[in-house]
Amino acid sequence: MAETLYPITLTVNGEKKEAQVEGRMLLVHFLREQLGMTGTHIGCDTTSCGACTIIFDGRAVKSCTVFAVQANGRTLRTVEGLEQNGKLHAIQDGFHQEHGLQCGFCTPGMMMTTVALLERNAAPSEQEIREAISGNLCRCTGYVNIVKAVQHASAAMREAKREPVAAGRA
Amino acid sequence: MIPARFEYQPARDLAHAFQLLAQGGGEAKLLAGGQSLIPLMRFRLATPRALIDLNRIDGLSYIKENGDLRIGALTREYEVETSPTIRGRYPIITETAAVIADPLVRNMATIGGNLAHADPANDHPATMLALRASVVARSAKGERVIPIDELFVDTFQTSLRPDEILTEIRIPKPAAKSGGTYLKLERKVGDFAIAGVAAYLALDESGRVKTAGIGLTNVGSIAIRAKKAEAALVGNAPDDKTIAAAAAAASAESEPTTDLRGPAEYKRDVVRVLTARALRRAVARAKGGS
Repeated sequence: MAETLYPITLTVNGEKKEAQVEGRMLLVHFLREQLGMTGTHIGCDTTSCGACTIIFDGRAVKSCTVFAVQANGRTLRTVEGLEQNGKLHAIQDGFHQEHGLQCGFCTPGMMMTTVALLERNAAPSEQEIREAISGNLCRCTGYVNIVKAVQHASAAMREAKREPVAAGRA
Repeated sequence: MIPARFEYQPARDLAHAFQLLAQGGGEAKLLAGGQSLIPLMRFRLATPRALIDLNRIDGLSYIKENGDLRIGALTREYEVETSPTIRGRYPIITETAAVIADPLVRNMATIGGNLAHADPANDHPATMLALRASVVARSAKGERVIPIDELFVDTFQTSLRPDEILTEIRIPKPAAKSGGTYLKLERKVGDFAIAGVAAYLALDESGRVKTAGIGLTNVGSIAIRAKKAEAALVGNAPDDKTIAAAAAAASAESEPTTDLRGPAEYKRDVVRVLTARALRRAVARAKGGS
């Protein structure tokens, strides 16, 4: 039996993409295998680890637990979209500065989860950060430096927002 | 793991979904948040011939107070968890949503799916039993309101007919001097409960228990209403003795099985301890505390 293909149109990191996908294709497989965007990782394949986290219409979700065809008409953001014009996103810089990774496997998912967190809560408490990443498993760091990385990014992003205001006053 | 083949059918509206359900002849499944269904499909424990996607249907995601509280079935757990309306008047529901799976899953998972999936390990069923909620089931023929006690038939089985879709959850207006809470013991974030207890009660003018609702999570083939525990409370002052009697009754009414989350005997004792804690908090809230 031939597999039915469904046409989808979606936006990934600001770029419009058109593709034909099998109904049963998981979104994470579509990103990695059809779009060649392997920054999004596959960890557990059981909706447990969060390595495959992407931002789906503004919300961080596990892309192993969404079908690609469900993304038709939606806007996705993946780790590949964080860096802009050669400049790292504040969260990437935070993980770098605070040594927020060791093996790095969970890092793309961690960053997408925490970018979504910082976009709705610019100054999360440690508790709020820990709750936000409770669906992302890291087997190396013990999470301490990941929390520091998010705090680093939070401070940097708030500072970056303040600058134009301060300049205007001066 | 790759799910088995299926036909993907995005429903434009409810009428279209009813039509697709009829065409599916019992072999189609409804896709809401998919956070239980897709994992089951990956393991091929579920192999539906067709998947009817409800996510494109407008008007099924809402939280509104209309005397009672009405929650659209497609409302995401994240919306339930962060709703000021729910937090203000029904903190038991906020607490329930907040311990479901993990935050990423809650961004997709829906409250309607949590109930319609009829997994005894899901958290909303016990809370809805405690609150004496009901659900609205719609079909091409019309709609009916199903009291929560009649919804769960067996594990993964509800009284919804093959042509029906659960569209709304209705929770009665909180009585004066009422309060409740949901407590869940889990090994780690994202796991199902070892046991969970939802308790909701209202006090009368003299401070005695007027009505009581107690629901138990993951200690039976369906979410259990602890009727004897409720009876032990009603008409009595909610003192330590009454609470201990109700907790013992709830423990006796639970039907846990031994598994990786612990032996049955242990789980029964967890039910006793959680019931007592939940009742103490429910009483404090009914008296105006937090």
